[in-house]
Amino acid sequence: MAMSRAVPNARLIALSAAGLVTFFAVWTGFAASGLIAPQFLPSPAAVVRQFVALTRTPFVGFTLQQHIVSSFGRFAAGFGLAVAIGIPLGLAMGWFRWLDAIVSPVFDALRFIAPIAWVPFAALWFGTGIGGPVLIIFSGAFPPCVINAYRGAKFVEPRLIEAARTLGASHWRMITEVLLPASVPSIVAGLRISAGLGWQSLVGAELIVASSGIGYLLVRGQANISTSIVMSGMIAIGIVGFAIDALLRGLEARIHRRRGR
Amino acid sequence: MKRAYDGRPVWVGVATFVVLFTAWYLLTTVTQTISGGRFPSPGEAWDALRQISIVGYADARLPAHIVQSVKLVLYGFCTAVIIGVPLGLAMGWSRAAEAFVNPTFLLIRPIPPLAWIPLAIVWLGLGDAAKVLVIWFAAFVPVVINSYAGVRTIEPHLIEAARMLGVPRSMFVREVLIPGAMPMIFTGLRLSLQACWTTLVAAELIGAIAGLGHVLSQAALDIFPAMIVVGMAGVAVSGAAMTALLGVIERRAMPWR
Repeated sequence: MAMSRAVPNARLIALSAAGLVTFFAVWTGFAASGLIAPQFLPSPAAVVRQFVALTRTPFVGFTLQQHIVSSFGRFAAGFGLAVAIGIPLGLAMGWFRWLDAIVSPVFDALRFIAPIAWVPFAALWFGTGIGGPVLIIFSGAFPPCVINAYRGAKFVEPRLIEAARTLGASHWRMITEVLLPASVPSIVAGLRISAGLGWQSLVGAELIVASSGIGYLLVRGQANISTSIVMSGMIAIGIVGFAIDALLRGLEARIHRRRGR
Repeated sequence: MKRAYDGRPVWVGVATFVVLFTAWYLLTTVTQTISGGRFPSPGEAWDALRQISIVGYADARLPAHIVQSVKLVLYGFCTAVIIGVPLGLAMGWSRAAEAFVNPTFLLIRPIPPLAWIPLAIVWLGLGDAAKVLVIWFAAFVPVVINSYAGVRTIEPHLIEAARMLGVPRSMFVREVLIPGAMPMIFTGLRLSLQACWTTLVAAELIGAIAGLGHVLSQAALDIFPAMIVVGMAGVAVSGAAMTALLGVIERRAMPWR
């Protein structure tokens, strides 16, 4: 789709490279100029060195890998719970009118509460235990699971349902053989949104209620006024978040290929 | 999921809330199955709401906290819109601009807005500036992406037609580019407004001297569950009100839809 006048590919690649180089050059330039103390703006190279150092020497008790593992464990627990409860609930809401009528208003009202606003109750109910972060991740990851499963079930082609019904399919077979397969694409799309929000909520939770994990590393780096540690943590968060999304994107692509779309 | 379930009987929804409220009242006040230290009773929540509205809590009354939070969200959000929409439109329109900006953008995008909070605090301290920076960032990414995608959804026919008619550039931007990208831009605005609220609450929880997040963190420190409920309700109601306002603006801005 050539919107403005076509630009040759080689020039586009050069421009992309120029963009990245400009970004890092401006950053390095500011860091090297001495206008800003390295404590506040380390050079990119210094951040990379710090990142590598964090993987070798423990900071606030753990190495970077250990922080990542503990963050990921919390994420998996909260996200898993959201999927396990959210998808069946969403499907049931899409299928049974009465359930939709009962649950939807409450769900819509609760959805306006930002996941992170559960932090005080998470702290009150669970202290610094694993329950707190899991509750917050859950409240971030839950709505997209429900909404997309609901949409998937609600917008199954009526013709399919009628066909199955005329053929005398039982209620159970309708659910397993018509409803579920038809809603899979919407559910998988929901999983990606849900994982993204869950990961972001995890970071928020760890900034406030945790004593390990990448979010905690960020807070301690901030307390030590060490920008390079904070930036290393941000990079780690970005990489893990990207990896989770790439994994789910792979799953999505596989499902679409299987269905020949 | 907004308009998907039209025709759902309203009375069922109302009845659900009545049942839930009754259960809340019974469990906390009559049978006391849930202790007040865990979750407040309706009476306690009402008293907390009266206290913060009349006497004040966490150094200010409720309206002052709300104004503080809304103000920060608006600063961050509006700045993001002013910078993000033109940038997104430019990226959507010009392949060269896209090539120049996109790689850096892709590099930064996977970092969630909340992860910028510690950096903003190191750079700008615990004041309003750090919060506005983080809120700006939270809004910026969805605004740019959707404006960019909006340009790409414009029908090529329209663009060709305008070009053939020799429409001057400023008129083209005003009459084709912006209206064509508008639906997607508003999708981006809605997403970013939500992200702004989440980020604001997180930033205020971590350190603030006023605002709804500050009410929440103070209530958590004081172990005051009733005030936590009031704070959460405040966040939800203000967020919902701003989303509704954006909806009104959207209908005004796109009367043809």
